[in-house]
Amino acid sequence: MANTRFAFRALGVTIAAVLICAGCGKASGRSVSLLGSTSIQPFAEVLAEQYTKKNPGHFVEVQGGGSTAGLQAVDNGLADIGMCSRELTAEETRQFTRILIARDGLAIVVNADNRVAKLSIEKIRALFAGRLTNWREVGGQDGPVRPITREEGSGTRESFVRLVMGKERISRRALTQESNGAVKELVKGDPAAIGYMSLGLVGKEIGAVAVEGAQPTTDNVLAGRYTLVRPLLFVSKGAASPAAQSFVDFVLSPAGQRLLEKEGLVRAR
Amino acid sequence: MKRDRLIGAVLLVVALSAISGLALIAAFIFREGVPIILRVGAGQFFLSTDWEPSLGHFGILSMLGGSLAVTLGAAVIGIVFSLGLAIVLTQFAPPGLAAALKPAIELLAGIPSVVYGFVGVVTLVPLIRHALGGPGLSVLAASIVLGIMILPTITSIAIDALQAVPRSYVEGSIALGATRWQTVTMVLLRAARSGIVAAVILGMGRAIGETMAVIMVAGNALALPHSLLDPVRTLTSNIALEMGYASGDHRQALFATGVTLFVIITLLNTAALAVSRRRAGRRRVG
Amino acid sequence: MRVSPATSQRVAVGFMWALAAITFAVLVFILAFILAHGLPHVTWSFLTQSPTSMGREGGIFPMILGTILVAGLAVLVAAPIGVATAVYLTEYTREGRLTAVIRFGADCLAGVPSIIFGLFGFVFFAIALGMGLSVLSGSLTLALMVLPTIIRTSEEAIRAVPYAYREVSFGLGSTRWQTVIHVVLRSAIPGISTGIVLSLGRSISETAAVMLTAGSALRLPRSLFDSSRTLALHFYILAREGISMTNAYATASVLIIAILALNVLSYWLMRRFVAKVGR
Repeated sequence: MANTRFAFRALGVTIAAVLICAGCGKASGRSVSLLGSTSIQPFAEVLAEQYTKKNPGHFVEVQGGGSTAGLQAVDNGLADIGMCSRELTAEETRQFTRILIARDGLAIVVNADNRVAKLSIEKIRALFAGRLTNWREVGGQDGPVRPITREEGSGTRESFVRLVMGKERISRRALTQESNGAVKELVKGDPAAIGYMSLGLVGKEIGAVAVEGAQPTTDNVLAGRYTLVRPLLFVSKGAASPAAQSFVDFVLSPAGQRLLEKEGLVRAR
Repeated sequence: MKRDRLIGAVLLVVALSAISGLALIAAFIFREGVPIILRVGAGQFFLSTDWEPSLGHFGILSMLGGSLAVTLGAAVIGIVFSLGLAIVLTQFAPPGLAAALKPAIELLAGIPSVVYGFVGVVTLVPLIRHALGGPGLSVLAASIVLGIMILPTITSIAIDALQAVPRSYVEGSIALGATRWQTVTMVLLRAARSGIVAAVILGMGRAIGETMAVIMVAGNALALPHSLLDPVRTLTSNIALEMGYASGDHRQALFATGVTLFVIITLLNTAALAVSRRRAGRRRVG
Repeated sequence: MRVSPATSQRVAVGFMWALAAITFAVLVFILAFILAHGLPHVTWSFLTQSPTSMGREGGIFPMILGTILVAGLAVLVAAPIGVATAVYLTEYTREGRLTAVIRFGADCLAGVPSIIFGLFGFVFFAIALGMGLSVLSGSLTLALMVLPTIIRTSEEAIRAVPYAYREVSFGLGSTRWQTVIHVVLRSAIPGISTGIVLSLGRSISETAAVMLTAGSALRLPRSLFDSSRTLALHFYILAREGISMTNAYATASVLIIAILALNVLSYWLMRRFVAKVGR
């Protein structure tokens, strides 16, 4: 057993050694790798595309995996930049360099046929906790409420829990979907559904309710009237490498920020 | 001759290393997953429905229930369809038609599970939501999709089992005046019983291990289901949903979910092998 | 009221034919649903361009390449090991405890769910061996996954070669190894290829294991240590994130056509094999 494991490992190392040579060309100083939040991933892909177009010869590799995975990847050197779609904890703030690249509203979304157009945070919390189970109780039509949540560990979920749920727990009967798109599809088809997702990705087929009287618009986010807002962060360990810094500079430049705004985000400053 | 023996030894080493993959998988999964089961306590881990990793609560009873529900549902659908297909193809279909239909069943096995899940979510789920109520994403939807997915496995093994029944049994029964259908129910199915049981067990193993299609159609809610229309989370979807994000205890708990799945599958496989070996043994004696 | 045997047979057989019809209707529906939505968008530029805006626009060339690399390498690694194991089981040993252990191991390996392979590949290849989320991690994981299929089909193919072939070869003074290489494997090649083609198909369709081991990078992989997204995973991400339904359908169509082609190929190989060894 130990022997075969050793043999396997030896075989693996040999193959690895051979292939590292094959991949030598990759280790140039112009390569940046990003890993983390699947909420930021799409935007980072767009930024990377424009950046490599403007800077031929540079490579930007973008991977998903989730906010926490992104922090870990930066910590153990798997990635140059971590993407994090939630606020850092106190400990994480000590550990990493935090770069705010944009802000994102968290939209509370309902089916297009749902009459409910505004909710207080308290009501949203009750709907997701399963304390309010009929839409009539919040001014809608008679019918069950089906909350849809994201999977544990998603930055969107963590932000939602922090901004809305507080100490209360999301109902265990809530449907769990693994992406903004899947939440949107479900809300689109189910009149009973209520979900939360990135404001930039809501589109026109479903409704986003006003929260505490403020419509979920970019202007209201900028003015601080719409309060369900989370930061989208790049995170590095210590100072970023020159290649990574060059990419970050592009993201924070007016051109980069305009790209993000075009995708529905709210600029960093 | 000496060279031949050397080659034989080399081949043996290759064969053993191929199989050691299984041991390696078991070793790594267990090493990652077992410590947390011990730390949380097996009772707590397997018998609590409270899965809230951010609070350090790791109970997988809901997922066990979910996997059980969709696997049983899939088995019911799979058995009905597969047995029907196997009987029709071996006993009633003209040989030419049977030969043409078999590749179609194999093709069904070749369709990627993401495609099954996707087609399920855009066609079957809204259908269930409108016709029967509930969120649509449900035990029922997952059972139907999984039932179709395991159908090729069960059908092909059941066909083998039916074809392995000696012709003399069937001919004897027909000669005694039984109809073809009576022969099927009274002689053929009885003689092929263990093979069919093995087929069903292997099919259930497939169903409980399926991941991507189930994530899309089962709804992944954390509560135990009360009806066929309730959403459930299975062991596999729990791993795939949260693995990308997990670290520390949470990651270990997902590996522990994998350990649970691995043990269940191995038990099912061993059962299937034992059943089919008993059949082989009996035939050798008889 | 007793139903006559003839009537009950008619009802039962009718019911079973209905089940068969439903099964094939489902198969045709799934294929038609995907192809009807996707095929019109499968253009030359879709196949040869890189995706832009996360796959909302552009093509799927990197995913095609990634799929070929991951699945091809998997089969390249698994085939020699699988065939050698089958040769050992059939030609180099007698049935005994050792063969029973090897067969049991292969059977168990065949039953392990792909998500478990994914977990293993992630901790073993990606982390313990330091390969990271890469083409290499993905393909080695898949190689392990398809190994039992290759062993099983190769074994069956080798066993189907008539014993007389071997006797003739031995009679001509060949050694066992020469007989295996020149007579047995040569006759069994179409049968073995069937298994390899099926394994290729399974590797291409796999998603869960690949997601945890090969990662999901959109770019063209520049080495085997780069992460690469396969077609199946790209389809999943496009469809689930709701990035572009047209491109999702088109990607699925490419996937389905590849699977169809492989199935036809394996069917053709199988028929050739049956004709050859005269079963």
